[in-house]
Amino acid sequence: MAGQGITRRQLLGYALGAPTLAVAVRLAGAVAEPEAAGAQVAEILDFSDALTLAALPTQHLLVVEVTAANRVVVRLPRAEVGQGITTAVAQIVAEEVDARLDDVDVVLEDARPALVFNQLTGGSNSVHALYGPLRLAASGIRARLVTAAAQWWRAPAGTLVTRATAVVHPDGRTATFGELSAAAAAVGLPAVAPVPKDPDDFAVVGRPTTRIDARDIVTGRARYTQDLAVPGALPCVVARPPTLGGGVRSLDAAGARAWPGVVAVTRIPTGVAVVAQTFDQALAARDALVVDWGPGPSASLSDADVRSRLAAATPPFLPPPGSVSVERSFDFAFVPHAPMEVLNCVADVRADRAELWLASKSPIVAAQTVALTLGLPVDRVTVHVVRGGGSFGRRLFFDPAVEAALVSQAVGRPIRLLWTRADDMRHGRLRPASRHRARATHLLGQVLSYEHRMASVALDGSHGLGELLSAVGVEALGGVGPAMFHLGQLDLYNLGAQARSLREVDLAFPTGSWRSVFSGQVRTVDEVMVDEVARSLRRDPVAFRRARLRSSRLRAVLDRVAAAGSWGRSLPAGTAQGVGLHEEYKSVVAFLVELDARDRARPRVTRAVAAVDVGRAINPLGLEAQMQGALTDALSVILRAGVHIDGGAVRESSYTDFRYARMRDTPVEVEVHVMPPTGDPGGAGELGVPAAGAAVANAWARATGAPPLAFPIVP
Amino acid sequence: MPYSFELNGETVTVDVPGDAPLLWVLRDTLGVTGPKYGCGVGVCRACTSHLDGGAFQPCTVPVADCAGRRVTTIEGLADGDTLHPVQQAWIDEDVAQCGYCQPGQIMAAVALLADHPHPTDADIDAIENVCRCGTYVRIRRAIHRAAGG
Repeated sequence: MAGQGITRRQLLGYALGAPTLAVAVRLAGAVAEPEAAGAQVAEILDFSDALTLAALPTQHLLVVEVTAANRVVVRLPRAEVGQGITTAVAQIVAEEVDARLDDVDVVLEDARPALVFNQLTGGSNSVHALYGPLRLAASGIRARLVTAAAQWWRAPAGTLVTRATAVVHPDGRTATFGELSAAAAAVGLPAVAPVPKDPDDFAVVGRPTTRIDARDIVTGRARYTQDLAVPGALPCVVARPPTLGGGVRSLDAAGARAWPGVVAVTRIPTGVAVVAQTFDQALAARDALVVDWGPGPSASLSDADVRSRLAAATPPFLPPPGSVSVERSFDFAFVPHAPMEVLNCVADVRADRAELWLASKSPIVAAQTVALTLGLPVDRVTVHVVRGGGSFGRRLFFDPAVEAALVSQAVGRPIRLLWTRADDMRHGRLRPASRHRARATHLLGQVLSYEHRMASVALDGSHGLGELLSAVGVEALGGVGPAMFHLGQLDLYNLGAQARSLREVDLAFPTGSWRSVFSGQVRTVDEVMVDEVARSLRRDPVAFRRARLRSSRLRAVLDRVAAAGSWGRSLPAGTAQGVGLHEEYKSVVAFLVELDARDRARPRVTRAVAAVDVGRAINPLGLEAQMQGALTDALSVILRAGVHIDGGAVRESSYTDFRYARMRDTPVEVEVHVMPPTGDPGGAGELGVPAAGAAVANAWARATGAPPLAFPIVP
Repeated sequence: MPYSFELNGETVTVDVPGDAPLLWVLRDTLGVTGPKYGCGVGVCRACTSHLDGGAFQPCTVPVADCAGRRVTTIEGLADGDTLHPVQQAWIDEDVAQCGYCQPGQIMAAVALLADHPHPTDADIDAIENVCRCGTYVRIRRAIHRAAGG
């Protein structure tokens, strides 16, 4: 079998080329004055670079192997939460080894601490980080398979070709990769160069491809954590405090313990866990607990308090000297991630070891944290990464793993811990609420300056990202929040002197990065301001943008949506078009939407056109899906979906009151134009949210005559 | 007490309390995990299955109410290896992202098509199932495809 050893040797040279130090040194100079130079940081090194650099030293540990059963197996150190990374990785590997796509298996790797920073799924970075290393690993394997066949047939290696998971002799003989795998593993120096293909020769990469797990999904065979048959694992739910971060003052569990099927009741730091034979018994017994809850640390805070704290952190600008100024302030509510699959974990903790199953985007840190919590050596903790039912950033945090481990340890049985939907809404993490003050000045038709001050409830990055950013030398940017802010934000337009700043406000709310982190809010504000400046100058928003865009890639996607979306076509009163652009993750995108705002309580995006340039699309069909999904996210949180805080508690508890879009809120048609390749692949998963959100906000302003200043627009 | 019902073409008998929600009986007693928990209160509809051919949410229906009736989950939709036309349309349109809500979406679509063989976009708008990945535009296309146009 061509195994790990081959891959290791093959990739060593690649890993040694890591230019980490050189980049870190250049960056240190650029961030000396973050307020002034912040917007430029991302041009030197952006968040994608940071994540890719952090992964580079361990890329030689990636595993691609060929089994005797003729399967090409990739052990992928990333999470699959719907973004389609398993399909994209299968395409990349199938392309380079010349395997049939159906013969490639992508297995989610267990937590593997040796990978250090190379097992974190986030920042839309997976393809950016893995494209090169996977191609190198796969082309090395292909070269060894060809060499093994040449030795077997005593034929010149250069005369052999590979296709459809086999090596083919000029006379028509074939040998499958599986038949050759044992001999290929013994090949030292390959007889053909292990060089990845010229992208011009790609046949699989770049081809619209349906998900490799589609059949499993539509037949119900796809297994999520709670679908796994872990023997003896008992259902478990947790009673949680009414306020965020509250605690147990006193507990009377007698009624719950007497409930049929109840196995155990145990206190954990986040609440009171009930273990029973079935989930309905556990849920009923949870309701029978009598708990006196103490208030959480933010119990004195409601929405108005949060807003005023944030407003105090965005001081007014000094009056502009002799120019026209356009100034606005914007508020964004907290937003939960609310993935369809609620948080959950299966844990089997024994005296000397622990085994956990969950959908985790940071499984190494999860394993380390569980080990620390249980008092076990980290090498005695196994974390199996299971496919996840959505994430949107939520599964960077592994709260249910710690809870499940503690309960299993206390009860001495394997357990299956499930958050209810209300648990998820009321105690899940939140996109931080934020306040923005932005001002543009212009004189005689020239834009002189653009400033944007953001204040945000502090972003929690305690899932390993802080350590990762330090490792690539960007700690100079400040904490995780400021670092992600400065690594993410680019000036898209020439608007004179520009400055963007973030001030974090420490309030005791459980926060977490939410698909596109700060960019969803920042770009919405920036793009609404661009429309406002254009209006102030009596210019058409598209023409105004076009004249000031700094990149030809951005101009190309704007031109595409303006043409395909018939920008400027006449629409009934109360309905309007809007555009928005975004650049991040080495990619650019433009959205044009049409919004029907005649019903102010239930506005509907009726049509959307996107144009996206990710450098090179691995799977255009998957890329289209990401843009369509991002649009749904964006129109939801811009128009109607957010949560309210009442006395340190989240008011909403399900999809009834958290108004995430349903079918009838979404456009019948979403047209996505994938631009021709312009380079190596960049990121896509989060890319669409900021541009789509900005387009919806601008359409609202044009439909109603006033820019939206608080989000979601429908309170 | 024991309750018997037809599940995906076979009669099953379970000895569970009559007020146990069918979702947990399916998942934990019978090992049928296609229907997903998403809210437990019939709102997200990730568990959508069929009761006597009509869409319902097993998370809100006690097992006693299913006695003697016909329950179909996503596992019972295909005919052996031959997918139901709606499942095939789902693959052809590459609908799924995370996939978690899709068994429920497919079962809702099959029920819709039973009532409206050629649904309008307004008919499709009536589907309340939540898809947090936002695949609605592809769900709509897949339903039209399955309807033959």
